Amino acid sequence: MATIRIPPVLRPQTGGQPEVEASGSSVGEVLRALTGAHPDTESQLFGPDGDLNRYVNVYLNDEDVRVLDGLDTPVGDADTVIIMPAMAGG
Amino acid sequence: MATQTTQQVEEIEPFEAAQEIEGGDVVLVDTREPHEYQEAHLENGKLVPPGLLGDEIAAAAPDKSARTILYCRSGNRSYKAAEQLQALGYEDVASMAGGILAWQEQGLPVVAASGMTAEQRDRYSRHTLLPEVGVDGQLKMLNAKVLLVGAGGLGAPTALYLAAAGIGTLGLVDDDVVDASNLQRQVIHNTERIGVPKTESARLTIEALNPDVNVVEHRLRLDSSNILEILGEYDVIVDGADNFPTRYLLNDASVRLRKPVVSASILSFDGQISTFVPFEGPCYRCLYPTPPPAELAPSCSANGVLGVMAGTMGLLQANEVLKLVLGIGEPLIGRLLLFEALSTRFTELKVRRDPDCPICGENAPEIADEDLGKFPDYELFCAG
Repeated sequence: MATIRIPPVLRPQTGGQPEVEASGSSVGEVLRALTGAHPDTESQLFGPDGDLNRYVNVYLNDEDVRVLDGLDTPVGDADTVIIMPAMAGG
Repeated sequence: MATQTTQQVEEIEPFEAAQEIEGGDVVLVDTREPHEYQEAHLENGKLVPPGLLGDEIAAAAPDKSARTILYCRSGNRSYKAAEQLQALGYEDVASMAGGILAWQEQGLPVVAASGMTAEQRDRYSRHTLLPEVGVDGQLKMLNAKVLLVGAGGLGAPTALYLAAAGIGTLGLVDDDVVDASNLQRQVIHNTERIGVPKTESARLTIEALNPDVNVVEHRLRLDSSNILEILGEYDVIVDGADNFPTRYLLNDASVRLRKPVVSASILSFDGQISTFVPFEGPCYRCLYPTPPPAELAPSCSANGVLGVMAGTMGLLQANEVLKLVLGIGEPLIGRLLLFEALSTRFTELKVRRDPDCPICGENAPEIADEDLGKFPDYELFCAG
């Protein structure tokens, strides 16, 4: 099971949990496991075309999946997937 | 029985030392006390006080075969130190006759605290004692011009510490007034200043803290008509804005003007920070190509924010600014640092330049001044 770190803005959709365990062998599968368990996260992560929304950054450990293989990037059990939207608070 | 013969110490005149120093490959050691060193020293002179010679010489002069020139105030202490070095096995040691006094009499240059008053030398002594800062570094700070966009949760602690550090010019952009709900985190303001413009309140606090700082109030909102002129006056920009339109506008203008931006943002218990140096690393749009929709971009006023976390992020911003001004350390270029206050966890993520970035990419189009900060292909984006 990989670990997904949930940003503050998405925590209302995960029952307040800052981290969620999810199974899957790719970033896409892991995120789909998250949206399966917490359906309210779906529209905030994915656009109608099934791709990640452009305003959502997803990292596998410390690397942006955009410079890896995107949603097809392989994920291992020890990996952490970090969802990181821009924040504007000052 | 082995007898140690005291070898005569070579003494050289200041002009000879100057020639050797100019030729390079010389280790220059200052054998005086720290307060004397602070007052004035030779460029690249490494401070090794006489009482600490045994402990510190190896770090200052690791190669015993290298040419090593010692100096002090008038030539006595350096002569004795040179004898000690020879006894320690240093092979090529010389003492500068007449010391730094003779050096200066001959009109040779020193790194002097002359740009600073006695009061400043006292005030900044804990900085100038740091070899990475020194008098040179403190003078850089006193000459630096830093613009803080936002005098709120981030800008307040950042401004306070930059002012204490002796950043000579601090520009403050904010069009708001102090509200009671600000005071849980915006430590540069206080209860008596409720209702006072934030830039004015911050200026009063800074002036009381450090009279060396010239505060420039920009009591306005940045927009495409004023941003280029305002940013142009400063060396480093600090982004503590509370909204996306200002953040994208600031990015686009700073890339245009090639100004470094230290950018942080905060919400609830979490903060993030990175340093954007145009064309050296990614820009804000490389990291966040488009802003999120309103429901994913709540404000601190709607969601709340832990004051201490805001302070932590503000000080991380001040730390980045000082490194950029001093040219030391490793700024957060190409790195996004996350801080989660509840778990006290720092996480570092990589940020890469986007070759297709519409602002700093290789094929970035020319953008008219009035279109800075806009999203030509993003109709949903709402400026407000």
